[in-house]
Amino acid sequence: MKAFSLIHILDRGAVLFLVLLGAFAVAIPVLNLLVPASSSLHVSTYLVALFGKYVCYGLLALSIDLIWGYAGILSLGHGAFFALGGYAMGMYLMRQIGTRGVYGNPVLPDFMVFLNWHELPFFWYGFNHFIYAALMILLVPGLLAFVFGWFAFRSRVTGVYLSIITQAMTYALLLGFFRNNFGFGGNNGLTDFKDILGFNVQVETTRNALLVTSCLALALGFLICRAIVTSKFGKVLVAIRDAESRTRFLGYRVEAYKLFVFTLSACMAGVAGALYVPQVGIINPGEFAPANSIEAVIWVAVGGRGTLTGAVLGAFVVNYAKTYFTSGVLAPYWLFMLGGLFIGTTLLMPRGIIGTLKYGFDQRAARSAAAEDGVETGAAPPAATPHAAE
Amino acid sequence: MRSFCGRITALVFALGLLVAGAGVALAGPYEDALVGFTEGSLSDTGDAINKVAASGNPLAAQLLQAAEDARLMFSAAQKKVFIKTKDDKLLDAATGKEFTGTPPDDIDTVIVNNRLRGIIDAVIGSLTLMSPNTNQRFDAAQAVFKSREVSALPALDKALAAEKDPRVKKAMNEARAAIVLTDKESSDADKIAAIAVIRDRGDQDALGLIDGMAAGQPADVHEAAQAASAKIQGNLAIWNAVQNAWYGLSLGSVLLLAAIGLAITFGVMGVINMAHGEMVMLGAYVTFVVQEFIRTRNPALFDYSLAIALPLAFIVSGAVGIFIERTVIRFLYGRPLETLLATWGISLVLQQAVRAAFGPTNKEVGNPSWMSGAFDLGGILITYNRMWIIVFTGLVFVALLAMLRFTRLGLEMRAVTQNRAMAAAMGIRTARIDALTFGLGSGIAGIAGVALSQIDNVSPNLGQGYIIDSFMVVVFGGVGNLWGTLVGALTLGIANKFLEPFAGAVLGKIAILVFIILFIQKRPRGMFALKGRAIEA
Amino acid sequence: MIDKQTTSALLYLDGISVSFDGFKALNELSLVVEPGEMRAIIGPNGAGKTTMMDVITGKTRPDSGDVFFQEGAYDLSKLDETEIAMLGIGRKFQKPTVFDMHTVEDNLNLALMNDRSVRATLLWQSSAAQEKRIDEVLDTIRLKAVRSRVAGSLSHGQKQWLEIGMLLAQEPKLLLVDEPVAGMTDVETMQTAELLKEINATKTVVVVEHDMAFVRELGVKVTCLHEGSVLAEGTIDQVSTNDRVVEVYLGR
Repeated sequence: MKAFSLIHILDRGAVLFLVLLGAFAVAIPVLNLLVPASSSLHVSTYLVALFGKYVCYGLLALSIDLIWGYAGILSLGHGAFFALGGYAMGMYLMRQIGTRGVYGNPVLPDFMVFLNWHELPFFWYGFNHFIYAALMILLVPGLLAFVFGWFAFRSRVTGVYLSIITQAMTYALLLGFFRNNFGFGGNNGLTDFKDILGFNVQVETTRNALLVTSCLALALGFLICRAIVTSKFGKVLVAIRDAESRTRFLGYRVEAYKLFVFTLSACMAGVAGALYVPQVGIINPGEFAPANSIEAVIWVAVGGRGTLTGAVLGAFVVNYAKTYFTSGVLAPYWLFMLGGLFIGTTLLMPRGIIGTLKYGFDQRAARSAAAEDGVETGAAPPAATPHAAE
Repeated sequence: MRSFCGRITALVFALGLLVAGAGVALAGPYEDALVGFTEGSLSDTGDAINKVAASGNPLAAQLLQAAEDARLMFSAAQKKVFIKTKDDKLLDAATGKEFTGTPPDDIDTVIVNNRLRGIIDAVIGSLTLMSPNTNQRFDAAQAVFKSREVSALPALDKALAAEKDPRVKKAMNEARAAIVLTDKESSDADKIAAIAVIRDRGDQDALGLIDGMAAGQPADVHEAAQAASAKIQGNLAIWNAVQNAWYGLSLGSVLLLAAIGLAITFGVMGVINMAHGEMVMLGAYVTFVVQEFIRTRNPALFDYSLAIALPLAFIVSGAVGIFIERTVIRFLYGRPLETLLATWGISLVLQQAVRAAFGPTNKEVGNPSWMSGAFDLGGILITYNRMWIIVFTGLVFVALLAMLRFTRLGLEMRAVTQNRAMAAAMGIRTARIDALTFGLGSGIAGIAGVALSQIDNVSPNLGQGYIIDSFMVVVFGGVGNLWGTLVGALTLGIANKFLEPFAGAVLGKIAILVFIILFIQKRPRGMFALKGRAIEA
Repeated sequence: MIDKQTTSALLYLDGISVSFDGFKALNELSLVVEPGEMRAIIGPNGAGKTTMMDVITGKTRPDSGDVFFQEGAYDLSKLDETEIAMLGIGRKFQKPTVFDMHTVEDNLNLALMNDRSVRATLLWQSSAAQEKRIDEVLDTIRLKAVRSRVAGSLSHGQKQWLEIGMLLAQEPKLLLVDEPVAGMTDVETMQTAELLKEINATKTVVVVEHDMAFVRELGVKVTCLHEGSVLAEGTIDQVSTNDRVVEVYLGR
């Protein structure tokens, strides 16, 4: 497919992003495994896992940017897809524990033995195979997004209404997963993982491998997103975002476009969640909390929505700040800062970091082009902050 | 076992005396009986107890209670008996008047053992059946209903004959029927009559009584019992439904209170205020502060604390709302999704600010006396706090409707809701309306917080618990229509409570959320949305 | 109700009623537009002009009445916006609505008559034939000089033209044009009239407009709507001298 040739979909910013990501994926394992612990350049295994977590958040942010930045769909429930992917991975990891659990049951995870269950629920079947689990990681979030989107987009639920019901969706799942008889470990979730594909999840090499895998997944996700937004499909998405009914009157099936991109985005979020779980060692219903989903949205806003690279950058910056502040004496002030970030970003920097930089470049380019041509450029280009809802 | 047998015999004995002795002139037997307490032997005391009970003297119950509590004193020398009251005053047992002289030197407590205590209990129970106090008689009848003591029958019959109060009479009849049903000796006809009485009582106890009747009853009795059991079950199902409806109404009114301010800001300004829950939380904390102030300065005012907190909460939350509108939201008009994010940020800041100021734990907010307690209405229990919240919600709703309908501000708000551009063109200062609307919506959230402080934990997270439900109400009810919000809130509240018994609280809630998600698909603008071109433009 | 096969009209509306919360936006409206015709629709505010457009394009469902397209071959009241657009009915909104963030060229590209499915746009590649068609349209709407500018930076009049250009690129059989000259200068208004006449050479056009000078310049059959139904129909001279039209709309 010539349309997807790399040259076509990569601009300078995208190349720079991939190079940096590649350098990161190489440097961190090298600094962790090959540089002696005594060296000041050594990166601790704790940091490797932490960075791995950030990369997964980056992928989640990317999936949100694809639908919010380009199609104007503000999902306040993307944490649900992330968590579902995480649970699918968690179920695989639970089945890998085998007889090493506290109760030593070869089939049933500990929490089921504890609840006096005698048989594995049917929806746990197959999760002992990685391939099956990997399929579910894509399929479960994708299917939920498809069904949800099919209803919502067909009935033209847009704007804040859509945001609110996505939030209700994740809230409903939160309540459900808290229940013991749902069969996913209730309150405590899934934890005490031992192996992934036969490798101990605790050891350094596995952690580094997971980090590198996450970086690869992020790079792949980024390429897919770039391919989409640079295609004509991407142009239709932006058209839908800026003038939905105009697009409809041009003969485009708006709901089909939204459904496709929403489902794809949910699958990406699911992969992010799946990679996240072995690195943090636990998945519990708290991941479904509406607050998590909204926080992920602010990463995108901070980095700059509709830029893809900005979303990833935002995820890194905000989460680094969170780690930094919540671990020190400043912990009580973190929520003030996070709240301030929401307010400040929307009020003062609606384009986000990358968006603002890009806007600056574009302005300068336009001015110099105008000076060269000696033509009047007319009105300034419109603000790069589209009105996402009608 | 022994004490139980003893109790029965004593009771029978006492009742016999009661039946025999009642109605005879009062002064003699009571005073004679008192002498028995001064002998210092348990058997004499026992006789005296029965004689006192039989005397029918109005002081009897007080005296027997004192004997049981070891507050009955005697002087063997003076042959006098005293009642020591709970606040350590000495009464002359013969007259009930306060004893003013010097207490005798040999004054001592009348000794009662467990056997005598049993006798006293039984005797007091029967005594209170004849008590001049209606409530005491009612309680005694209820007690007999529960104990189904066959030996209480004669006293009950006598009390029944004398009873005038219909409520007490009914209770006594039911108690009597309960005894008849339990008594193996009763005739079939009596049993059938008793079943009818119990059936009409119709509550859980009645059902237990009939279902618990010994097996092997004659066919007609059995049949009557079956029919009555079915009737009671049907009756109970109805009351159960009424109870659920009541709980639903209560939940619905709480939802309405929380959602109504949101409905106004969303309706007029198209703004989703994610910090709305925190306005509710602020109102609850205002109540807490007011109560603290009253506790330290003037505890007598405690019952008025809510009345004082209401306007303050309205002002505080309203002022915070106007401040937010002027400093943040006004710059985000036309960008609803960004407004959503910014107000979420505000909610985080407000929560953390309250956490910093008051600590993260729950704060104790007391119920004024008129908010505490409960009463029975038919087959359901109604707590005063829930009831007053429903009443209060109704008042707020009506006041708001009136405000929108009859005031200048209301008129202008409605104009802006329906067509902002046109309203602006007609000279309505929409910016001012926006600020006032936001203040009003937030202020109502504040007074909702005062009400919610009475039934929920007051913590910085208070608002979070209501925000999603409030959104569901607004979205379900439709935007820009208070009646829609009312119907939405009550529907969701009642649906929630009716689903709970079948699905459990959590699954019920999930079912409601799924229902609303599906409902929005059908009617994307809610139940009572405005139609037409203007709103879609 | 007629047998839907017998009409020769491109657009056939009969007895259309639409009400919003008791307000009758359209009241037994009937309108017939023959193939190749240009029709001007006038009428006071609230006469139902835009609602009529909404009904034709599937945005609003009529409460009663028939809407047929192409000699009665299609019942528009049963189709949605997308299907109607694909049948060949293009619509220009009252407020110029173009994709502000896209370049002029991309705006036209999106409007070009192509497969609109998700798969097709994902795999889409530009072709010489399409480039040529875009060039033609740009010539027609006189915007060639600004083809790579983002549409948001265009002047109001240019946006109106771009939107008309997008309609052309859509290759519709019928163009519905809502107030194309609102906010235009006199020169632009006359240019727009020329443009529409040019378009009418190959396509059927329905224009809603308030500007009587513009309607006169078009020189076509005029329908005046009032309170949701047709008040008068005929040449501009006939309609503008009609007593009822003068009374409710033009004023004395």
